[in-house]
Amino acid sequence: MLKRIHHSVIIKILVNILALIAVVLSIGLSVSFGAVSIEMTTVWKAIFQFNPDLTNHQVIQELRLPRAFAAALVGAFLAVSGAVMQGMTRNPLASPSIMGVTDGAAFALVITLAFLPTISSIGGTIASFIGAGIAVVVVFVIGSISTGGLTPVKLALAGVAIGTMLSSVSSMIALHFQLEKQMGFWLAGGLAGTSWLSVTILMVSGIVGLVLAFSISKSITVLSLGEDIATGLGQSNIAIKVLGILSVLILTGSAVSIAGVVGFVGLIVPHITRFIMGTDYRWIIPSSAVFGALLLVLSDIISRMINAPFETPVGAITSLIGVPFFLYLARGSGGDK
Amino acid sequence: MQGYEKVRQKRFSFIILFLILILIIMFFISLNTGVIRINPTEVFKTLIGQGTDREELILFDFRLPGIILALLIGAGLAVSGAILQGITQNELADPGILGINTGAGLAVVLFIFFFQAKIETTSLLSSFMMPIFALFGALIAALIIYSLAWKKGVNPIRLILVGIGVNAGFSAILIIFQLKMDPQDFRQATVWLSGDIWSANWNFVLALLPWMVVLIPIALYKGRALNILSFGDEVASGLGTYVEKERIKLLVLAVSLAGASVAAGGAIAFLGLVVPHIARRLIGPLHQYVIPISALIGAVLLMVADMIGKNVLAPTQIPVGIIVAILSVPYFVYLLMKTK
Repeated sequence: MLKRIHHSVIIKILVNILALIAVVLSIGLSVSFGAVSIEMTTVWKAIFQFNPDLTNHQVIQELRLPRAFAAALVGAFLAVSGAVMQGMTRNPLASPSIMGVTDGAAFALVITLAFLPTISSIGGTIASFIGAGIAVVVVFVIGSISTGGLTPVKLALAGVAIGTMLSSVSSMIALHFQLEKQMGFWLAGGLAGTSWLSVTILMVSGIVGLVLAFSISKSITVLSLGEDIATGLGQSNIAIKVLGILSVLILTGSAVSIAGVVGFVGLIVPHITRFIMGTDYRWIIPSSAVFGALLLVLSDIISRMINAPFETPVGAITSLIGVPFFLYLARGSGGDK
Repeated sequence: MQGYEKVRQKRFSFIILFLILILIIMFFISLNTGVIRINPTEVFKTLIGQGTDREELILFDFRLPGIILALLIGAGLAVSGAILQGITQNELADPGILGINTGAGLAVVLFIFFFQAKIETTSLLSSFMMPIFALFGALIAALIIYSLAWKKGVNPIRLILVGIGVNAGFSAILIIFQLKMDPQDFRQATVWLSGDIWSANWNFVLALLPWMVVLIPIALYKGRALNILSFGDEVASGLGTYVEKERIKLLVLAVSLAGASVAAGGAIAFLGLVVPHIARRLIGPLHQYVIPISALIGAVLLMVADMIGKNVLAPTQIPVGIIVAILSVPYFVYLLMKTK
């Protein structure tokens, strides 16, 4: 692996502050960029001296701001989910999209759209929690009861298989109930339809999920040293794992219900932060949130630029960024055996 | 030893006959099911040229090309999977998982994207060009995967992980290009990508047939070389086989089969993975037996999956790739849990 740089607390804090500033700046950029470019000064005024008579102010308040915030939150959630999963399983490839969690959430959403079309957005969010839960439990169970245990390859293949299965059934239902259009959106991932309601849903679930993840971060550090060591230190691994999975479900479920399937954020961000922050999950988890937010806000801007005035699904952008990284990891972990 | 070989040959002939019988039965069932039912005696009458015009139209212009296409694609993908599993010594190798199908798919979408305006889609030329483009895409994908997985030799586990990654990358590029298309092309590409053979016509059959007629016999002929390769590199080079050269020849063969199949039927995953396992379970590991049995099982499976897709939620037609995935994922998971 890469040689680790020296991790002094000052550098860690500095990096996180810089990343936070970058998030704020990129949210500003995201708001100003669009079909009609709006100057930064107008953005500033629209936020702090809102004037409902101006169209630009309306556009910013009603369309662009919620979108930028949603992107930041979704990115943060996915990255934190990935960090928690990688810490718990000690598996470098663990992440929401690899493990079929996002497909599970999308699957549950399609079912609710097909059979309960009048369901509210909050109902949809709850459904995607359940779907995400089913997928993660199935993948974990397959990995754990198979001979040889939960190796990176098994995890990836089980994730691919369960993901394919769930998305196949989803497409079948979508075709039958003529939901292909909505379905296509979920599968590709996008932030086009976000409103303040989406941001509220994300905020509420985020408070629960992120607090949960932060509160167990110390135990995850211990767990990442190995289960035996953790037990030896008097830690209840089962309780930590249950809490960890719960936070993953809340975070991934709400992220998918708002933005669809956005791949690879949860895979690459924890690796980058681990490289900068060291092995302590009390640092890794919060700064994964910051870096995840930054990555998705920037990807969202790219997704609107690449084929303007049309939008490219943000999931395609994050995949293109994430795939080289995944390949790098695959070369690393496959070579040991 | 001699007696054992005889028993095996007898068993082999028995399995082949049995599979052909099933194939014929399923063929007739496929012909008479659908939105419009045609009963078996009428099917038979029509086949020997004594049916009504309407029945002739349904059978000869709609159902028959689809069924034949399914047979060819199923055989092609299954043989491709059998070869890939042999040369990578990995039971979980499959053209879909390794990203070869998506590579072929990307090439076809690029073809539709850049040349659609110039050539009529359903024309004969376009039907014949598609497999060639798909083949290029599949070969390039295989080259990328193989070289990225190369690190002083190709390790089977690394190959699969790299394949999953490359697959995801190609899918992302695919989505970007698809969304740049105009709605008409977009629909065509989407339907085609989900693994669909219901829009089949005789042109596709004619375009695919030569590939299969040439490639599958070569695969049968190469069965013994494949046996030696699947023992592992040390044994193979000890026995005097030019390991790397044979491996590359066989890889090109497998990739060509997958590419041609994808061009005609879209990305159908997992078929190439599951079928060789069933074949090995029936006849053991020797490839001169595994390959023909895989071809037959693949053909039957895809024809049945196509029939299910057309009828299970009728009038909604489910792309055959989706049915294949739903049928074979449980078996794949079982294999995954069993292997180390």
